[in-house]
Amino acid sequence: MAKDTLFEIKELKKYFQVGKDKTLKAVDGINLEIKKGETLGLVGESGCGKTTCGRTILGIYPATDGQVIYKGHDVHKLSGKEVLKFKKDCQVIFQDPYASLDPRMTIGEIIGEGMDVHFDYSEEERHERINNLLRTVGLNAEHAARFPHELSGGQRQRIGIARALAVEPEFIMADEPISALDVSIQAQIVNLLIKLQREMGLTFLFISHDLSMVKHISDRVGVMYLGVMVELASNEKLYGRPLHPYTQALISAIPVADPDMEASRERIKLSGEVPSPINPPAGCRFVNRCAYAMDICHKEIPEYREVEDEHFVACHLYNE
Amino acid sequence: MSKVLEIKNLSVSFHTYAGEVKAVRDVSFELDRKETLAIVGESGCGKTVTAKAILRLLKTPPAEIKKESQILFDGEEVTKMDKKRLLSYRGQDVSMIFQDPMTSLNPTMTVGAQIMEALEIHKKMKKKEAEAEAIRLLKLVNMPNAKERIKQYPHELSGGMRQRVMIAIALSCNPKVLLADEPTTALDVTIQAQIIDLLSELKEEFDTSIILVTHDLGVVANFADRIQVMYAGKIVETGLKEEIFYKPHHPYTWALLNSIPSLDKESKEELYSLGGTPPDLILPLVGCPFASRCDYAMEICREQAPETTILSDNHKVACWLQHPEAPRVERPILSGGANRG
Repeated sequence: MAKDTLFEIKELKKYFQVGKDKTLKAVDGINLEIKKGETLGLVGESGCGKTTCGRTILGIYPATDGQVIYKGHDVHKLSGKEVLKFKKDCQVIFQDPYASLDPRMTIGEIIGEGMDVHFDYSEEERHERINNLLRTVGLNAEHAARFPHELSGGQRQRIGIARALAVEPEFIMADEPISALDVSIQAQIVNLLIKLQREMGLTFLFISHDLSMVKHISDRVGVMYLGVMVELASNEKLYGRPLHPYTQALISAIPVADPDMEASRERIKLSGEVPSPINPPAGCRFVNRCAYAMDICHKEIPEYREVEDEHFVACHLYNE
Repeated sequence: MSKVLEIKNLSVSFHTYAGEVKAVRDVSFELDRKETLAIVGESGCGKTVTAKAILRLLKTPPAEIKKESQILFDGEEVTKMDKKRLLSYRGQDVSMIFQDPMTSLNPTMTVGAQIMEALEIHKKMKKKEAEAEAIRLLKLVNMPNAKERIKQYPHELSGGMRQRVMIAIALSCNPKVLLADEPTTALDVTIQAQIIDLLSELKEEFDTSIILVTHDLGVVANFADRIQVMYAGKIVETGLKEEIFYKPHHPYTWALLNSIPSLDKESKEELYSLGGTPPDLILPLVGCPFASRCDYAMEICREQAPETTILSDNHKVACWLQHPEAPRVERPILSGGANRG
């Protein structure tokens, strides 16, 4: 394991049993490394397994198969004490700031709850720390006495961030942290996350379906489709020269705020929707929507491999 | 007469325990036949309330459409329609696609029954006939396996498919005007592109006029003819799509355009973000509503509401910077959004 690797994920699988003989393969064999201090973006359409993948990495869901190695230890085999330490190190910011804060707790209680578990602060220290955190995320100390319903969506998401920071984590998984917010507020939250990363050296896993925001915040980006990783590369490579037909389609579907460019731009149209993960196509999972599908794509699952330096893709088009 | 909708001095208030919230303040605009008008603004700027007022969907009380407001559909006063006329007006003349396809369909009815309901009421169709029509409509909105789908319940469908069902219901009675309230916000980019393409096709086919309510200027660039920017219940700028994107005049429009992340921007560079929050709509507005967040605010902006300046046939802006005595201010050029013209 390289020194700068925080997480090493090997052949990770997460299946859900749905009904008697049906298995939903939400995550089906993912290999991934998360490097210390980077932001790894994870994109894909709804239902592609990106949230499940993130949650399995954090041990929120038990893995069906495969390993998640965090600093040399398998996350799914930690002892009670180690689990507590792991949970302190790895925090989550959730998608919906309306549903992820307890409406009966004040902001101060929400932020302080994690501290009480992991630290032994005196009443004064605790108070001071909560106020500091509120200032860090751009709110005031007076917000501590308020309830979530008194705050706007953007403010609530800042509370979600403060709660994650309260236990001094190393790694934060941000699961669609901005998709419930207005465009102008999204920019504020993304700016805040970038600033915090710079100041505290945090590592982020940023899950989103908004490709332009992911490009902005990430160092490397992985694209998921139906439970598998189809492409992973540095941000410049992935957006500059996407290799997988699915990535190409995704990028061409991003709306551009420029009428002339929109009118002249050619869009790769993806027909149909994502097939059911209960019964995915044999061979390549993208085959039924792919414009370049060949015979082999229907039969064989393409291997996920490094075709260029640090550019991984799973597609038969790039076989030697 | 080419105007299908004329809104004059529309004001909508909500009476709450805390006081009167003036959600829409003296808004006037028109919608031409076959035109697509986009209403753009942040949450709480009154864009959805405007759309719902046009359909008289706001519950009174707490909502109140003020007396001086006029909503004319083909010359007919909507605010004075009786119950019976309203029923035929909704759905047949003007219909609406709601924001959230997850919650705006009835979970206890099959999607077929929900489409047929509109046909049976408005077009007096028999059940068999309505069912055939429902299947035709679902095919029209590119729903795969339409015949089987009509027997399914909303929870069995994906978000994109539910939005297609919503569009099928909205189109079932060939309305002259379609109000689309954030029709793609809850959807993925690829599905969003499909839905926008679908709406464009349907517009051509049925000559429908569309009002698109959204906060996403990216969607608008492709689809709208005219754009209207709202802030704190008022229209601050309106113009043809090209005028808004390439020659915007209001500082708020600049802010909206600049806060869009652009794909050719350096990553991790700070995004433009508008500081502060919109004004509390319970308080009386003095001066320009945007003054507290505006980088160019002058003394007069805080004292007196700006007049509307007419820049071209379609392009109007309400900002004191247009006054001949105001300092000349250019739009700040940032690397985000569309910067040309």
